[in-house]
Amino acid sequence: MSQIFYSKDHEWIAMGTDGLVTVGITDHAQQALGDIVFVELPEPGRSVAKGEACAVVESVKAASDVYAPLSGTVTEVNRSIVDAPAKVNAEAEGDGWFFRLRLQDPASLTELMDRAAYDEFLGTLA
Amino acid sequence: MAKTPLDALHRRLGARIVEFAGYEMPLQYQGIMAEHQACRTKVALFDVSHMGQAEIAEIAAFSRLVPGEIAGLKPGRQRYTMLLNEMGGILDDLMVANLGSHVQVVLNASRKEADVVHMRSHGVAVTTRFDRALLALQGPKAAETLPEAAALKFMDAAPMQIGGIDCIVTRSGYTGEDGFEIGCAGFDGETLAELLLARGAIPAGLGARDSLRLEAGLCLYGNDIDETTNPVAAGLGFALSKKRLAQGHFLGAAAVNKALAEGTAEILVGIRLEGRVPARAGAEIRLSGGEAVGRVTSGVFSPTLNAPIALGYVRSDCAKLGATLELIVRDKPLAGHVTPLPFVPHNYVR
Repeated sequence: MSQIFYSKDHEWIAMGTDGLVTVGITDHAQQALGDIVFVELPEPGRSVAKGEACAVVESVKAASDVYAPLSGTVTEVNRSIVDAPAKVNAEAEGDGWFFRLRLQDPASLTELMDRAAYDEFLGTLA
Repeated sequence: MAKTPLDALHRRLGARIVEFAGYEMPLQYQGIMAEHQACRTKVALFDVSHMGQAEIAEIAAFSRLVPGEIAGLKPGRQRYTMLLNEMGGILDDLMVANLGSHVQVVLNASRKEADVVHMRSHGVAVTTRFDRALLALQGPKAAETLPEAAALKFMDAAPMQIGGIDCIVTRSGYTGEDGFEIGCAGFDGETLAELLLARGAIPAGLGARDSLRLEAGLCLYGNDIDETTNPVAAGLGFALSKKRLAQGHFLGAAAVNKALAEGTAEILVGIRLEGRVPARAGAEIRLSGGEAVGRVTSGVFSPTLNAPIALGYVRSDCAKLGATLELIVRDKPLAGHVTPLPFVPHNYVR
């Protein structure tokens, strides 16, 4: 069973058995963005630094960056959300994932929050 | 931060609240897309109580501040006009309704205080009614939702009772759809809103209001027009009275006449973009060769057209219908072309 972590930029990061992590935006993030109409994803092979803007989501009203939650290399992106951006609203924490990363340092996962810590963090935003 | 008389209702309906023009306003309830479509296909209810309602008893002094033929406005009729400064710039755009004993104006929230100072400084006696509520009931089912006002035609205005509440109703709006704007005492606002929701209106927020008005090609004060904008550049020539331009007896008349005679350096155009990426306010507009010729003032993803649309100012020689332009988003050029306004046809009942 994969373990899931969360960032303060409202991303989820799931550690897979293949050593790669899958990154998406949280349900809280998709709700805050509203109806998503366009997604731009990074090119596979791109190296990203933690905190670097590497994807874009556009809702009816506004554009938002999606940041790399940790440093690493993009190995794969989810083309299905480019074709059907509403999937991010419908399944943010599942089939609406954004990209997979090979982490530069797998130990960096400890910099992220677990679900309880993320929920607590969400509580501080209200 | 100010609240409208409907604030408690918004929170009960689960609105996401944002700051707008000093007010806590609902951005959306169920979602911009659904609310937008509710207005285009059924009927939506917007709280626009942040806008400033005011009464003016004496039309002559007020008339000297606007370029429209307001003195000739018949009782029971409403008109769109603008307050202009001496340079012909737009201080605000507003609705004026002749209610017989006085005229009512509806001012933009961000401008209402400044408007009153401006009007009073030019000898106009203004009675503010900023504590009143204003609801916009908009959509093809608006008339069946408000049968009390179904006899009104587009831009008619009349006092009437709705559910026992004294209201001033105009058949107008800011969505391009048929509909009504309904003013009432602030303390009656929530009851009136509940009545209209019970009749089937779907609550809609500022997000849908913005995407709807942009599809309808209507300017937003502060984005598409401001005090540096000449009405001629903004495509608002329909609100200029030929007779009053010829007489020249209003503030800014010389500048407006000059703009009409000589044209303006830039004009407002509608732009339809290829692809799905919207260009937002501030995006640079270039010719395909790279020359900068303007900027986007409003941009949105149009739910009706399922495509991005924008309003922007471009150099007048680049504004021909069909002209190809590039809009710069995140350092990349997006192809677009000049499109007739409105983007989505109006659906007024005349």
